[in-house]
Amino acid sequence: MFENLSGKFAGVFDRLRSRGALNEDDVTDALREVRLALLDADVALPVVKDFIASVRARAVGQEVLDSVSPGQQVVKIVNDVMIEQLGGAGAVPVNLNAPSPIPILMVGLQGSGKTTTSGKLALRFAQRLRKKVLLASLDTQRPAAQLQLAQLAEQAGVPSLPIIPGQTPLEIAARAMDTARREVFDIVILDTAGRLSIDQALMDEVREIRAATDPVETLLVVDAMTGQDAVNTARAFNEAVGVTGIVMTRMDGDARGGAALSMRAITGAPIKLVGMGEKIDALEEFHPERVAGRILGMGDVVGLVEKAAETIDQEEAEKLARKMAKGRFDLEDYASQLKQINKMGSLSSIIGMLPGAGKLQAQLAAAGKTDIDQTVLKRQAAIIGSMTVKERRTPDIIKASRKKRIATGSGTSVQDVNRLLKQFEDMSHMMKRMNKLGQKGLMRQGLAALLPGNRRQF
Amino acid sequence: MALGFFSRLKDGLSRSTQKLTESIGSVLTKRTLDEEALADLEDALVAADLGTDVATRIIEAFRSTRFGTEVTDEDIRTALAEEIAAILQPVAVPLVIDRSLKPHVILVVGVNGTGKTTTIGKLAQSYAEQGLHTILVAGDTFRAAAVEQLQVWGKRTGAPVVSGGPGADSAGLAFDALSRARAERADVLLVDTAGRLHNKSVLMEELSKVIRVMRKQDPAVPHSVLLVLDATTGQNALQQVNVFKEMVDVTGLVVTKLDGSARGGIVVALAQEFGLPVHAVGVGEQASDLRAFDPMDYARGLVGAA
Repeated sequence: MFENLSGKFAGVFDRLRSRGALNEDDVTDALREVRLALLDADVALPVVKDFIASVRARAVGQEVLDSVSPGQQVVKIVNDVMIEQLGGAGAVPVNLNAPSPIPILMVGLQGSGKTTTSGKLALRFAQRLRKKVLLASLDTQRPAAQLQLAQLAEQAGVPSLPIIPGQTPLEIAARAMDTARREVFDIVILDTAGRLSIDQALMDEVREIRAATDPVETLLVVDAMTGQDAVNTARAFNEAVGVTGIVMTRMDGDARGGAALSMRAITGAPIKLVGMGEKIDALEEFHPERVAGRILGMGDVVGLVEKAAETIDQEEAEKLARKMAKGRFDLEDYASQLKQINKMGSLSSIIGMLPGAGKLQAQLAAAGKTDIDQTVLKRQAAIIGSMTVKERRTPDIIKASRKKRIATGSGTSVQDVNRLLKQFEDMSHMMKRMNKLGQKGLMRQGLAALLPGNRRQF
Repeated sequence: MALGFFSRLKDGLSRSTQKLTESIGSVLTKRTLDEEALADLEDALVAADLGTDVATRIIEAFRSTRFGTEVTDEDIRTALAEEIAAILQPVAVPLVIDRSLKPHVILVVGVNGTGKTTTIGKLAQSYAEQGLHTILVAGDTFRAAAVEQLQVWGKRTGAPVVSGGPGADSAGLAFDALSRARAERADVLLVDTAGRLHNKSVLMEELSKVIRVMRKQDPAVPHSVLLVLDATTGQNALQQVNVFKEMVDVTGLVVTKLDGSARGGIVVALAQEFGLPVHAVGVGEQASDLRAFDPMDYARGLVGAA
């Protein structure tokens, strides 16, 4: 797979170290790896071909800098081209430059997440922009789809258009716009039924809805797990309704999300938002530079840092950092760290964000562990909870009889207690190495620098 | 799948990569099956979501038997279809309800938006037509209006729906439904579950709990665990199947939304990797649109053979 493109490149380019510029043959070798990697990441074939051509054009003939290896340099070019083709750096906001009520049309295939995204979008406009939002479901196809949007509206605390059974989507759209004008809404989100790109009747219908409401934004909602078909979907919807923006959903899954690149390339429309979970507030801005790393398997460090910043108690973290720097890290700190990790969510999703951690994830998968068991964390917290303050500060004093007491107190076994102590010891070691490496070393080598060769997973 | 795969592909790619289309066009006329032609065919397979590994393997098999021969468009299509159908043949196994179980318990799982509830509706319809007493369990207590969606299907098919309030414990619900189905000597118990991404360990654990709790009544249940897969899914489907199989012992697949453009090739990759039975495919939104999986039909559709 694509996990360490950098690693593969290193091999391809090793023999190149002494030469001056990247030549055609070397680049071709490396690009074969890139091609496979992109295809494995579900980037559509025609888009891959264009992508490879761009990278080739830029890489051939380029001087190899002294400070980096040729492999790293190509990785950088690949990454740069990827970011560019995903839309450049920074997020593109939803366009709201129009007289109210501003219609926003949501389109996409069945099950891509249109209705959930509509609810999330409404909450976002209402909360962050203080807009008055009306939600209207035009989905008369799927059973209870209109009810679903009504319930989501309730969760988001925004009104939804009353359901009148028997109305056609076009009638509902007209009624939504009328209601919005009469009751002075700022934004109307029109959620349509899922439809296949080859279903002519339904595509005509959505075209009519678009003509009747003249939406400022027509957002195509796409599942991040989508494969090669992304091209067909993007093209069909773009031709029928003129897509102005894309929402990638289920980006909290472990798909590489190559569909993002395909979508952007085919429609030319920016990816504006990403769905990051089932909760109604789990909608985030799309940052091309982060998703590039994900598609390339290079980790999403910024995303990790942001997630950490959101969930981790700042004061607590600073206290911890000070202690680490001094090399005074005790079990109490370990316990508070466990708590913080728990708050951040699944461990493997965190690991997935780290550069160089692809191998680690693969190892976990190979061991049949697709996720690290969260209950382990809880158990460890319980063990530490059963220790006295003195034991936590000076774990060295914990011998057989104390271990037995702690195990009984926490409902675990002495082995569990031993394992925790061993892990704590490993961690203290890691802290010391981290201090030695310094921030620069960490950035360069990633997490791998910290991991001893064959550390057993708990 | 009236429109052939090659012509669909040709349409699809015409704008962005003229060169590729041309080269595939040239594969279609009579010519020697050389390296270039094979590479074009491999691309065509990759573009149908078969994945790079499987595409390479199929082309390798092709190379060993037919390299350098003069072939026509139809030869290639037929031969490719046969190659693919051969991979799929062993997994085309229908789901047979064991009427002696009373009830045959079927747990339906999958990631969000693949069509679990719709599939249950279609299955319920088919069982109703066979005269089987079916009970549905609205186990998706998380998503808004999921219960109501299943209730609509219950009404359409005449199957009673066991449901709880929003946020109800789906394991408890399944347990109660199982006792009811046993008491009524129902033939089938179809248990819907909330969609969940396979990388969310907490949600996956919840799914194991549903099984664990039902097994307190009968250690043999669920008799079938169906993973519903969206045919538009790319390579991530492999990971999905892997994790769900690990966590809840998936016994078979249902592939939905196989009614669109060139796609569903991931089924071939899944067959090769896991060999799990493909019980049925969904080809539309109507109740009758759940069909038995026919490998040759599917393979021919994929490559556009007549």
